[in-house]
Amino acid sequence: MAVRTQTASTDNLAVELPERRYRTLWGDVWLRFRRHKLALVGVVVLGLLVLAVLGGPLIYTVDPEYSFIVDDIDSINQPPSVKYRLGTDDLGRDTLARNLFGGRISLAVGVFAMFVSITFGTLVGVLSGFFRRLDNPLMRFTDLMLALPSLPLLLVIIMLFRDSLKALLGPELGIFLLVVLVIGILGWMPTARVVRGSVLSIKEKEFVEAAVSVGTREPVILWQHILPNVLSPIIVSATLGVAAAILTESALSFLGLGFPSNVPTWGRLLFENKDFITQNPWLVIWPGLFISLTILSINFIGDGLRDALDPRQRR
Amino acid sequence: MGQYLVRRVLTIIPTLIAISFVIFAVLDLAPGDPTSALPETIRPEVRQQIRKAMGLDEPFPVKYGLWLRQFFVNEPLSLIETAFDIQIGDGEKRLRVTSWGSRGVPVMDMIVERMPQTLWVVGMAYLVAIAIAVPVGVVSAIRQYSIFDQVGTFLSLIGYSIPTFFTGLLMILLFSVKLKWFPMIYDTNLQIVDWNSLVQQLKQIAMPVAVLGFFQAATLARFTRSSMLDNIPMDYVRTATAKGFRERYVVIRHILRNSLIPVVTLIALGIPAIFSGAIITEQIFRVNGLGALLIGAIQLNDIPLVQTVTFIFAFLIVVFNLVADVIYGILDPRIRYS
Repeated sequence: MAVRTQTASTDNLAVELPERRYRTLWGDVWLRFRRHKLALVGVVVLGLLVLAVLGGPLIYTVDPEYSFIVDDIDSINQPPSVKYRLGTDDLGRDTLARNLFGGRISLAVGVFAMFVSITFGTLVGVLSGFFRRLDNPLMRFTDLMLALPSLPLLLVIIMLFRDSLKALLGPELGIFLLVVLVIGILGWMPTARVVRGSVLSIKEKEFVEAAVSVGTREPVILWQHILPNVLSPIIVSATLGVAAAILTESALSFLGLGFPSNVPTWGRLLFENKDFITQNPWLVIWPGLFISLTILSINFIGDGLRDALDPRQRR
Repeated sequence: MGQYLVRRVLTIIPTLIAISFVIFAVLDLAPGDPTSALPETIRPEVRQQIRKAMGLDEPFPVKYGLWLRQFFVNEPLSLIETAFDIQIGDGEKRLRVTSWGSRGVPVMDMIVERMPQTLWVVGMAYLVAIAIAVPVGVVSAIRQYSIFDQVGTFLSLIGYSIPTFFTGLLMILLFSVKLKWFPMIYDTNLQIVDWNSLVQQLKQIAMPVAVLGFFQAATLARFTRSSMLDNIPMDYVRTATAKGFRERYVVIRHILRNSLIPVVTLIALGIPAIFSGAIITEQIFRVNGLGALLIGAIQLNDIPLVQTVTFIFAFLIVVFNLVADVIYGILDPRIRYS
């Protein structure tokens, strides 16, 4: 970071100004974010989880589908030990390997679904906030979407299109795309409302008025003046959107209607192992713990970002 | 107010029709076939006949129109008939929405049968949630930044972040497997006839209610706290304090009354969400309710049943949106209906 110092080189300067660090906008945000202890804990925990899930399978090279029954008949439903770090499941498969591999998919669903819903929500929000003629129809459409019961509808849509997409793109990619798209398409409405609200208030600001009066074209105003100023609500709702999407995917998989058995997302692991809870409780504790830690960290980060990005709203 | 109410109720109708269209259209795309559940030995011509008799070969608008009539006219009539034990017109001939999965049983009868279990769990959970969340939120706000507030805020963030299917499984692990206090699986056939069966019912409902209630309480407590914090710095509060009223009086008579207005609306708005939440909770504890009915119907490709249950969920959302609006208007005289 650049340091600007005011030196009293000129003799007639009466007061010596104190040294002040020069900070960018994002430097300011980071400074405020840093004060939020829980958000920092969230960053660390989430960072570790992401690192483990991305790098883990490269180091811990046990095949998540390999059944240790072949080597050792007693290897089913083992608690954590030196040999099986987090234990094994009812088919003698390694729990750590399955959790690491499945976690990749859980997190990927969260991130991609968030991109779908944020893109769509921002588009609808900006259009309806900026163009008065589009406002009413787009907001009526948003209201209609909000009145649809999302969990039942998610289940239904996935049931309907699962087989055709599976045939078209293969079992893994087909279902991944379906889950991501459906979660994204049923989740954009809150973002659209928040963005619309911000656009409406920014539109009335003097700098926009100034831009209009010097004859700036509408697309330029939208892109250069409005969009950068609604970035903070978008960032916050994107963060919380990842958590919501991961939660939804886990719920779908927990109901047995998400990913198939060879794609062991954390929710799927809970679904498969919940019947073995008496024999081996570790089987549900690990994936549940990973989901909860992920969601909790993301929510802490979201709270921290909200305060850091918009200090005026601070409580 | 009366005029406003009539107008709002009338605007519900197009909304419901639009939603019913979306749900019907989405499900009509389904590749499912009711004859696929029939034995393999049935010849293709017979299959064709069955499909025709069920009206599946009609064009889309005809199918949708017939479904609308069955759903909005025939079904309510039948419900009224069974509820009041009277006869309206020719009830026998009336076409009803029937299930594909359980060959020809009217869908509504199945739903009416499953409803009580869900209502028990959902109702109790919501009462528990409100009873916990509102006092916690109020005290947190009055004693902002105190230990109570910090613990409460932290717990509510946890309650809101940990998925119900994990808390549910943890509770089973602790209270059913380890401590053996509560049964692991919900017994739907349990009839409350005496003291013992009542105790048993309360025992088996305790965990589903706790899980669902805790989750709802977390959201509600956060909201109550922030609504209180909005009102505490207001001028009218300072005036009341300046007049020398005791803190307890100011809090209860002034701050609380104003802060609870949005909370009450949120409570009304949350009712459909708690029904959705019950889909997952019922699956954890194997409660044989509405959510379990929906999951079963989805697995069996029972389109009419799925359509109806989904529509009921949508109906709840629309109706409780209206209820929330109306309550808000009644409680807050600043809202003018024009």
